[in-house]
Amino acid sequence: MPGLQQLRCRECGRHYPAEALYVCDFCFGPLEVVYDYDEIAKLDLKTRIENGPHSIWRYSDLLPVEGTSQVDLGAGYTPLVRAERLGAELGLKDLWIKNDTLNPTGSFKDRVVSVALSKARQLGFKVAACASTGNLANSVAAHAAHAGMRAVVFIPKDLESGKILGTAVFGADVVAIDGNYDDVNRLCSELTSEHPSWAFVNVNIRTYYAEGSKTLAFEVAEQLGWKAPDHVVVPIASGSQLTKVHKGFQELAKVGLLPEGTSVKISGAQATGCSPVATAFLDKTDYIRPVKPKTIAKSLAIGNPADGWYALDVVQKSGGSIDAVTDQEIVDAIVLLAQTEGIFAETAGGVTIGTLAKLASKGLIDPNEKVVAFVTGHGLKTLEAISGSVGVAATIAPTLESFAEKMGDRIEE
Amino acid sequence: MSAKVRIPTQLRTLTNGQPEVEVEGASVGEALKALDSQFPGMGERLFDENGALRRFVNVFLADEDVRFLEGLETPVQGGQTLSIVPAVAGG
Repeated sequence: MPGLQQLRCRECGRHYPAEALYVCDFCFGPLEVVYDYDEIAKLDLKTRIENGPHSIWRYSDLLPVEGTSQVDLGAGYTPLVRAERLGAELGLKDLWIKNDTLNPTGSFKDRVVSVALSKARQLGFKVAACASTGNLANSVAAHAAHAGMRAVVFIPKDLESGKILGTAVFGADVVAIDGNYDDVNRLCSELTSEHPSWAFVNVNIRTYYAEGSKTLAFEVAEQLGWKAPDHVVVPIASGSQLTKVHKGFQELAKVGLLPEGTSVKISGAQATGCSPVATAFLDKTDYIRPVKPKTIAKSLAIGNPADGWYALDVVQKSGGSIDAVTDQEIVDAIVLLAQTEGIFAETAGGVTIGTLAKLASKGLIDPNEKVVAFVTGHGLKTLEAISGSVGVAATIAPTLESFAEKMGDRIEE
Repeated sequence: MSAKVRIPTQLRTLTNGQPEVEVEGASVGEALKALDSQFPGMGERLFDENGALRRFVNVFLADEDVRFLEGLETPVQGGQTLSIVPAVAGG
């Protein structure tokens, strides 16, 4: 990692050392890692990447962790699947799905957590913590177990049972809070001031954590043969992932792995029950009014998205769009993706695919564009969402007669 | 009205390390202005050049985001706690 120098405030530009700092002391703006891209570009990057591990760490030259002592459960290196059948349904001729359901704990959060805990361990932290809508909790608990760290995770109490049990199994202390994610997030921000010896991955380690999402863009470009897609569709919760996907493509252009001037349209997806960024986009304002979330897409239910402005800005400048879909559209999209491509997404994936469909039907995605939709979490985590929509075809006695009676009319189909 | 204000780490250099201070003010805006006169330098950290809260500064009154209330105009009852929290992304 030859290029890491320091941190810089994204709002006012003040510089800070590369420590466990996350907001600017002056204006509270988020801090970002600064790399020396000229130094990085001198490396034989393509070879270093192609000889690297089958995880996000193949891109370690562009990640903020020195050395090789990473906390690596194998996050990343997930399939990029050509989605011909879904594309035909939506009228898109060159559609691809980045299937990030196939991460160690079933969501893209493994990318950010692997980076965050690697850095946290280097900085000397012994306790990993987080504010989570569920996926992050799963991932922090698993990576902490692998690293021999204690984990304390804070979640809203109404999460899906798979996400709660799928965290507790790793031995983490799961603290369920009587409130929504924004309440959890506020409490964790306050706890960070009181317990600075805990590594809250998405609070005081956030600067490093967020960088992990860039690997989504790195992988897509590598999997397309070091080419950028024309258009990507990314779900928006806090807005961090979307801005980092954009940054990932830009960085590849800066270090010579994509042509200079590469431009990718970035579109965002939200649930109508929690759509502060989509609302600002559709209202053509840059003021993001916080909302009280009410949606089955709990992993995206952040009513006060801290990176919302940046996500909005990236989308507008790239020529993309943002839209939102209802709970029913989310479920329909989960089922459509599953039945056309064999990929089972959680509700956030339903939001992405539902929004993709909406943008395509509005003509906001060109049918000939090479489009990549990011499906970021596994459907087994949110079975509740589809339990009323799909189920057994028939319940029969173990006899030929019973089968013929209940299923006879479906044999010839 | 007297209110408690919880101070995040980033601003404790201005309060001599105190995590919580008392201020007077009938509204959230008045209480934060009082905070600035008591601890000079606080104002420019919290407010932008137009006098609005900076966009990465969240203020909570009795654990509710003041943007869901009446913003800086929100009345403060005696003994309530104001909390200043930096916005943090990631879910």
